[in-house]
Amino acid sequence: MKSLAELQALRDEMKTKIGVRKDGGHRMRVVVGMATCGIAAGARPVFAAFIKEIETRKLTDVVVAQTGCIGICQFEPVVEIYGEGGEKTTYVYVTPEKVPRIVAQHVVNGTPVVEYTIGANAK
Amino acid sequence: MMQELSMNILDVAENAVRAGASLIEITITEQSGADRLSVTIRDNGCGMTPEQLKNVTDPFFTTRTTRRVGLGVPFFKMAAELTGGSFEIDSAPGQGTAVRADFIASSVDLMPLGDINETVAALIHANPHIDFVYTRRFEDSEMQLDTRDFRRILDGIALNDPQVSGFIREFLAENTSALLSARGTDSTI
Repeated sequence: MKSLAELQALRDEMKTKIGVRKDGGHRMRVVVGMATCGIAAGARPVFAAFIKEIETRKLTDVVVAQTGCIGICQFEPVVEIYGEGGEKTTYVYVTPEKVPRIVAQHVVNGTPVVEYTIGANAK
Repeated sequence: MMQELSMNILDVAENAVRAGASLIEITITEQSGADRLSVTIRDNGCGMTPEQLKNVTDPFFTTRTTRRVGLGVPFFKMAAELTGGSFEIDSAPGQGTAVRADFIASSVDLMPLGDINETVAALIHANPHIDFVYTRRFEDSEMQLDTRDFRRILDGIALNDPQVSGFIREFLAENTSALLSARGTDSTI
């Protein structure tokens, strides 16, 4: 069972490696809306799915963060992805099932998944 | 309305984050003998004025300016009261806030606890500069994750570093299943 002693071992292992991530300097930011509206619509599994996908692909230059209500509650769960130049893509009605494709196509290869964006869904 | 108590807990803990807390304590106690499930969320954030405290369970009160409803606390209160349980909240400016909800465990209206570990992991990952003490008690046993201990051991490595995040998830999963199987019974929720 995982214990603090094992955490100590993990730390020692990480410290011997070069390139342990320092704060700042991210290529991309994935921001999940986690106010009441987002959480009720299922933002937490979406947040967890992004973290797992980014860990699996070892994308150390991508950060997953949260924000509050951005005022488009009817589209929750909402995820905003910010690129290096500050350009923003807003994904709506995000589910954990959509996350691998968003990561592969947009976060890794730089092409937004247009059909999941607010532009393709707003009526 | 939330589908799981653990989502209510995440939502109420987010209030503590926005209150500028540096320490947030979440405690879940299940005692089948007492037919109770209790949840407390305590923070050392900015607290509320008596006026705010009086209105906090009113859905049409919020400190936000983006819209005029605030449903987080009212949802949590409703979830407790639906089971015949109770809800209380204490707060004072500069002294933080403590929310406590007691649920009647055998009530058919008790929402499932849901994935509480995912709630705790999400809070830690999203707020690596805040300390969390998560305690889960089940009958006579308990498990705890105190990020202050983790932070001390990690010695500068961030709590949301991918490898640490993964460790935290496994720590929660393994310690929870050990806790719940300690008496050879599965949790009823």
